[in-house]
Amino acid sequence: MEIFLHQLFAGVTSGAIYASFAVALVMVWRSTHHLNFAQGEMAMFSTYVALALIEAGLGYWSAFCLTILLSFVASMVLERMIVAPISKAHPLAAVIVFVALLSIFHSLASWLFTPVLREFPSPFPNGSLDGFPYLSWHATGVVALIVLELMAVWLFFRSTRLGLAMRAVAQNPDSSRLVGISAGRMLALGWGLAAALGAVAGMMIAPIIYLDPNMMAGVLLYGFAAALLGGIDNPWGAAAGGLIVGLLDALVGAWLIGPELKLSFALALIVGVLLVRPAGLFSRPTQTRV
Amino acid sequence: MRTGKPLNLLKPVAAGAALLAALLLPWLISDYRVFQFTQVWILAIAMLGLNLLTGWCGQVSLGHGAFFAVGAYCSALLMHHLGVPDWLTLPACALVSYAAGWLFGLPAARLEGLYLALASFALAVALPQLLKHPLLAPLTGGTQGIALDAATPPAGWPFSVEHWLYALSLGSLLVAMLITHQLVKGQPGRAMRALRDHAVAASTLGIDAAALKARVFGLSAMYAGVAGGLSAATVRYVGPDSFDVFLSISLLVGIVIGGLASIPGSVLGALFVQFVPHTAEQVSREAAWAIYGLFLLIALWAMPGGIAGLGRGRARQR
Repeated sequence: MEIFLHQLFAGVTSGAIYASFAVALVMVWRSTHHLNFAQGEMAMFSTYVALALIEAGLGYWSAFCLTILLSFVASMVLERMIVAPISKAHPLAAVIVFVALLSIFHSLASWLFTPVLREFPSPFPNGSLDGFPYLSWHATGVVALIVLELMAVWLFFRSTRLGLAMRAVAQNPDSSRLVGISAGRMLALGWGLAAALGAVAGMMIAPIIYLDPNMMAGVLLYGFAAALLGGIDNPWGAAAGGLIVGLLDALVGAWLIGPELKLSFALALIVGVLLVRPAGLFSRPTQTRV
Repeated sequence: MRTGKPLNLLKPVAAGAALLAALLLPWLISDYRVFQFTQVWILAIAMLGLNLLTGWCGQVSLGHGAFFAVGAYCSALLMHHLGVPDWLTLPACALVSYAAGWLFGLPAARLEGLYLALASFALAVALPQLLKHPLLAPLTGGTQGIALDAATPPAGWPFSVEHWLYALSLGSLLVAMLITHQLVKGQPGRAMRALRDHAVAASTLGIDAAALKARVFGLSAMYAGVAGGLSAATVRYVGPDSFDVFLSISLLVGIVIGGLASIPGSVLGALFVQFVPHTAEQVSREAAWAIYGLFLLIALWAMPGGIAGLGRGRARQR
């Protein structure tokens, strides 16, 4: 029972991180219909930047905010300067752009920050909550922070003009141009927000799995699976997908089959679900017109 | 319309010159270079297969490394346990990987676009883990893989071992190119392009989309499997980590950079994937992959239709 609780809380914590990351993927998907494979490496790079800022003497929270700001701006510039011009040729060109960005960020991180495992500080106190020995402060803090973050994203899309403009561009870029919204700027904004969400996910998972250039490979895969499981068009579905994937991964890995096959099993299960519900668990299937 | 066009000699002449160069090459370069070009032909076979699926049929696979691995293990097991000569294992690789591809394609073909990409990616991630699994270890050698004895050419082969493997790979590539050519210019090719360009319209014209996708998946896995078999025969080692996700991604990179839905494009893509990382390493050892990424971006920016698209003026897919 105690081990079960331990796994359960671990699953919820990583599930929250996958959720944050899956929402980042959905953000890019909704605006550009691209799945950004480089999102994980971008988040990893942001986390290294945060560590560099902390080591330069900044307090945790100021480094945290500065990193998010830097990631946001850098990602917008990246989208405008590189991704948009090159990937408009055909849909597969975008995939290759992401492969290129992935190897660039990965290689730069190993080169600039040395490819060894680094400890990354947690903003939350050590130890666990009184009376709940399996619920660490870090886990609780991560879940609370990500819930807040997702609420903020929801409010932004729900009740600001900018959020409305972004939703309009995602739905119908041509009509939004006609009413005077700059579609290009909205796409860049989507990329910026995605990078900010990714940076939060990176900074939250780094204290758990340590910081190294390969840190986000697993998170990317689970985030990808979570987004598709919940429905790639639907941020709430993606967040729920993240939670499901996190729980599944923790419980299946501990109870059903050893750690060697847990990634394969989780993926096989997700593919199985997709075969039954091809648009994801929480999305309505779209229909195509001839 | 074919009839009204003046006879275009450029294509056959270029193809003939390329073939001649490929035949003369092993006598002009070192054994190490011969090995590298052998790998190029092998990669080109796998990329032709992926191009059938992705370029002509419009289905993205991020997991063709898995079928490459199936072929490689099939060939390695036959050579290691039964002593079958290398070239005789290739038909077996083709059969086994066709079956694997078809079986995977049957359910996966119901998925579209991204979802298919995820399903195939899952396969590429899962297969190395399965190969390492203790239950299969007596057969597959577990994490250690299978190390094969040195290659021997068949009796009566007048040249060196390296030249035999080169000839075997180049010969297989030529056969693969010929089959692809016949396939895409005929009815199957038209059906595949129809499915790529407009799936719903294609179904209304009587194309059974799911069955066609499963068949093309099988066929394209067959190419990858033969390439895997040749790779086992030339590298003389198979291990679960030789066929990681990176291989699957490289195959996709190759066909996009080389040229989608193009036979010469697949070969050019193989040349890019084989040699450009080495060049990047010479530019900067520490940041080799950053340089490679930069090369990828530049190549895409300069040649949106791939290398093979350059000759066509505007990026136009056949």
